[in-house]
This record gives sequence, C-alpha cells and structure tokens, in this order.
Amino acid sequence: MHIVVCIKQVPDTTDVRIDPERGTLIREGVASILNPHDAYAIEGAVALHERLGGSVTALTMGPPQAEAVLREAVARGCDRCVLLTDRAFAGADTWATSYTLACAVRKLGDVRLVLCGKQAIDGDTAQVGPGLAVHLGWPQATYVRGIVEADVDAVVVERLTDWGNETLRVELPAMLTVLKDLNFPRLPSLVSQMRGRRCDVERWGVDAVEGDAAEFGLNGSPTRVVRVFTPPPRGECVLWKGDPETAAPELVHALRDKRLV
Amino acid sequence: MALKIDHEACTLCLRCIEECPYGALSEVEGRIVVSEACTLCGACVDVCPVEAIRLEREPTPEETAPAGECRGVWVHAERHAGRLHPVVFELIGKGAELADALGCPLEVVAAGAGLEGLSGQLAGLPVDALYVAEHPGLAEYTDGAHALAIAHLIRKRRPEIVLAGATAQGRSLMPRVAVLCKTGLTADCTGLEMDPETGNLLQTRPAFGGNVMATIVTARHRPQMATVRPKVMTVPQREGAAEPEVHRWKLPDGLLPGGVTVIGREEESRQSVNIADADALVAGGRGLGGPEGFELLQRLADVLGAEVAASRAAVDAGWAPYERQVGQTGRTVHPDLYVAVGISGAVQHRAGMQSSGTIVAVNSDAAAPIFEIADYGIVGDYREVLPHVIQQLAELKAAEGAEHE
Repeated sequence: MHIVVCIKQVPDTTDVRIDPERGTLIREGVASILNPHDAYAIEGAVALHERLGGSVTALTMGPPQAEAVLREAVARGCDRCVLLTDRAFAGADTWATSYTLACAVRKLGDVRLVLCGKQAIDGDTAQVGPGLAVHLGWPQATYVRGIVEADVDAVVVERLTDWGNETLRVELPAMLTVLKDLNFPRLPSLVSQMRGRRCDVERWGVDAVEGDAAEFGLNGSPTRVVRVFTPPPRGECVLWKGDPETAAPELVHALRDKRLV
Repeated sequence: MALKIDHEACTLCLRCIEECPYGALSEVEGRIVVSEACTLCGACVDVCPVEAIRLEREPTPEETAPAGECRGVWVHAERHAGRLHPVVFELIGKGAELADALGCPLEVVAAGAGLEGLSGQLAGLPVDALYVAEHPGLAEYTDGAHALAIAHLIRKRRPEIVLAGATAQGRSLMPRVAVLCKTGLTADCTGLEMDPETGNLLQTRPAFGGNVMATIVTARHRPQMATVRPKVMTVPQREGAAEPEVHRWKLPDGLLPGGVTVIGREEESRQSVNIADADALVAGGRGLGGPEGFELLQRLADVLGAEVAASRAAVDAGWAPYERQVGQTGRTVHPDLYVAVGISGAVQHRAGMQSSGTIVAVNSDAAAPIFEIADYGIVGDYREVLPHVIQQLAELKAAEGAEHE
C-alpha cells in the first residue's frame, strides 16, 4: 500500500520572543523544524507500512531549504521524498496549498492513504488536510487518535471530537489528520539518520505537478493577509511573593471584583 | 507576483527585517534582499515607514462570483444530539451585526435529517430565515456528506458571508465546503468586521501560537468564509418568541458521497469532558511533582466550578489524560479564568491558553515565564498556597450563601 505523509517545515515558535520595549517579535536565530504534529503522522504511516507492506512517500511544499524536513522524514522511516518547490507556489493560502499537494498525490499515482498532522504550528489552520481530501475527491477523518484496523480497502479509526470519541470506518483512498495521542514517534538511529542525509530529494516544480497554473501560489489563493501585528500586551501581573495567608484573600478579592468567583 | 523594493527610497531602518515572520529579509551591502523563504505575506509592506516595499500582484483573471450578486450572512448550525452548539448563538450575534452593516438578512443553514425542532431553538433571535437541507443520508453526521449538502445550498443561494464555529466539527467541515465552493476560508477568527471602504470582511486571527495576529480578506471570491473561536463573540438577547421562516431544500439524488461509516460514538463522561467548553480551568504541570497534586487541583476546581486541565509535561508523565492537555499538541482553550499551577509557561503551553480572560499563576519559581502573561501570580509552593485559596473561596461561598437565605 502506498502511503503519503504531508509534512511542513515551520519556524520553531519556542524561539519566538516579544521585544518588551518595541513590542515586536524577535526572530533572530529562529530555527526551522519539522512541524511537531507531523512526527505523529510519519510514525503512523511508517507503522502501517510495517504491517501492510508497500511504501511511504514524504511530501512537502516549500522553499529549497525545506528539504531538511524531508530528510528527517526519511530518517524516521519514509522510503521516498518529494519537495514541491517553485517560485510559482509562493504565497499560497490553504486553498492553493491543498490544490498543489493534491496534484502531486495524483501524480505519484496509486496512493491509498494520505496522513497529515493535526495542523501546522505557524498557521494553526488545520485546513490543508481536508482541502487536499476534497481536491482528490476522497473521504477524511480528522483528529485521529487511534488506528484500530487497516487493510488496503479501509481503515477503522478512533477520533477525538468535541463531544467524546467517534469510531469511523473510512474506505480508501482517504486522508487522515492525526493527533499526538496516536503513537510515540521512534527516534531515528544513527544508521537511519545517515540514510536521511544521503537520500535523494526529488524536486518538483510547476511542470512536474501538472496542475492548472492559475491555481498555484498567490494567484490561486482566494485569501490575502492584509495586516500582521502583535497582539495587544496583557496588563502587568499583580504578583504576591510573601506569605500565602496574605496573598490568598487578596487574590480571591481581585477575582471577585472581576466577577470570576 | 513579487516583492519589489525601492532601494532609492529605502532608509535601511531594518524594520522590515524585524517584522518578517519568515526571516526572509536581510541586509546585504546596504540593500534589503528577499530570500526564497518569502511567502509574500506583506507584513514588511505595512511596516515600512517610507513605503519602499510593494507587493506587485498579477491581475487575477476571473472572479468566481461578483460580490454584488451575493447576499446574506449565513451561520452554520452545528448540533449535537439535536441541540445547537453554544457557538451558534455567538455567531448569530456577530452575524446580525455584519448583516446590519451590509443591509442584508442573517440566515442560519443546517444539513441533516429530522430537523423539525430547530427553528424553535432560534426563537427570539435576530435570524431572518433558516435554510435546511434534509436527506436521510445526512442523519448521521459525516464531514463529507454534510460538506456537499452545505456547498450545494451555498451554490443555490449565494450568500456573501458564511460563518461556522472553530470547533472540531467546524474545522473539519468548513475546509471541505470552501474547496468545493472555490472560495477562501479563514480559520479560528477572533475578530470580524466589515471594511467600509471595500465592503470586504476583515477577518482577524491569531497565528504563530498567538504571538502574532493577522487580518485576512477574501477579496475576489464569494462567499467569504470564516470559522470563529467559541467564547469570543457575545450571545444576543432574545426578544419575543418569533421563529425564523424555514426553507427546506431537497438534495438531488446521488449527491451524497459514501466512504465513511460511523461505527460508534462514545459520549464524553466526567473523565473525558471537553475542557475547551469550560468557563474556568485549573491546570497543573510538571511543578506538581506527581499525580497526587491533581487531587488538590480538583478541590480547587470544585470550589471554583472549574474543570481540571494539564500541561503536556503532566500528561506525558501520566498524571492526567490526553483529553485534558492544553497547548500546542493538546487543546486550545480560552476560558474566562485560567489558573496555572506548577506550569512554567513554555511557548507551546501559552499557545493553547494565552487568550484566556484572566490568568492566575501559582509557581515556586518567580522567574517562570507564566508570570509574564499572568494577571495575578503567587510565588510559592502550591501545596501551601492552594489550601489558603480554597479556604478563602469556601468562606466567600458560605458568606454569599448566607446572604441569599
């Protein structure tokens, strides 16, 4: 069974700090990492592949340096990796991104299952996975926390909803977005890290993915960012450092004044 | 499409480099240089004091639906066991405001089977009409079938704006609807207003785990679609008992897809409550030192009428179930009151809770970053602090109880 994992290189937001004087983000030295949610999708795909055979292809769209996350995916057990990179893909919103990824999945042929992380930690939209499924005309299951059964025809998954748990049987081909709860990603061994470093990263541009050129990148994106700003800072923290016997009544008073208790 | 820099006008103030969320700009030999990391987000354009940066766009070849032909603000009626989700009422409040600004009706849209009681739940609210797509195939909720039904209604009725809750369901369903309708969708909005100049909906949302806010427009496609975070918009007052007019649509046979079968649903219990619904949360982290710390947290939660939540560290240590995890890899919450106990406040945790109304932190480390975003903080051992807080709250409750009698 051919499984595709869609991954993304994101800025490591743990390094993002707000300059207290200017109120702007300090981005010097912000490292790029594999989107943390995607590690669970990679592990999920590799585990299914170990049970069912076939192959796992890691797929990402991004600038040339995004190949670093593909190498990490290979180190974590993917067999093949494809980087969708072209100036024409730049500025894509979730619509154009999911369209471009769908073109690539179609081009790969014979794909039965696409796994994605729950969302990327930079945009936090969670829209690309479902968008990709619709572009391919496939069913989906989001927020998957367990894969109960899987064969080449269908998967039975448990997903976390706002109301509790739901068990779905999803016919393949299909797209799943997965939660941290799905598995414990294995750390790559030294040998597999070497495999990641040495693997071939296939680079596909506009011509290779064979889509409608008007649908890629900024031109294919219905949405535009018109303004980016730092959220208004929260007020000063009222801090008690002394005796809890004094602090507790003052805190409770403050909360009562705000009608919170 | 490209970022154009007027090097003559540029004063090399470097504000653009600081502002770029993608680290795509740098200064090389006295000139600002754009790297391939640029996503054309336009953040640098806004910040440039001398207007030396421009985003040049190629004209978009066609408009999917000219704005003038679309009419109406729609709210998606998410339901559970027949009852509307609380966010639907919040969206009706915001939607009515947008509809007033546009001079158009506010309508609610629902897909399902057996939706007779729905208009009654909307009684007295500023809803002009209820559009219902009914089909036996929609009785059991699935993303695929419901997305097709709603997209079908959107194509028939052509609303100007479609809003849904940024719930697990809304965030799975609406991206499908948006792709089917070939229009834009903005996720997790916390602010919505009409731009009086362009008539576009200004959709403001947090990104980068809440460290950055972005305002997004869907300029040339209709409808303009957004999912909106629960507990952000205000529920309108009900006036009278008038129910909206109901319009029923029969879906064409063969429209609905198969592919997904619901095998089972396990309702939430006391153990697996949705912490995102809670008005108050008491969350514990690594600093609790062990699972027994959660017993004290539960006592505080009981007296506050709150739910207990946990940081990733506490969940990974097995002290609390995953469903209660707050943060980047858990749930995003924004209760009125968030009490963080023994949580240092790493960015990944803050990403899941920093839009909470009031934040209280209890931590033995005065330098813990949680105090940077807290409104109230107590530095100390939670084992000593919390019993005093619990006692004060219990006394307050007892005093208020006595007043009412």
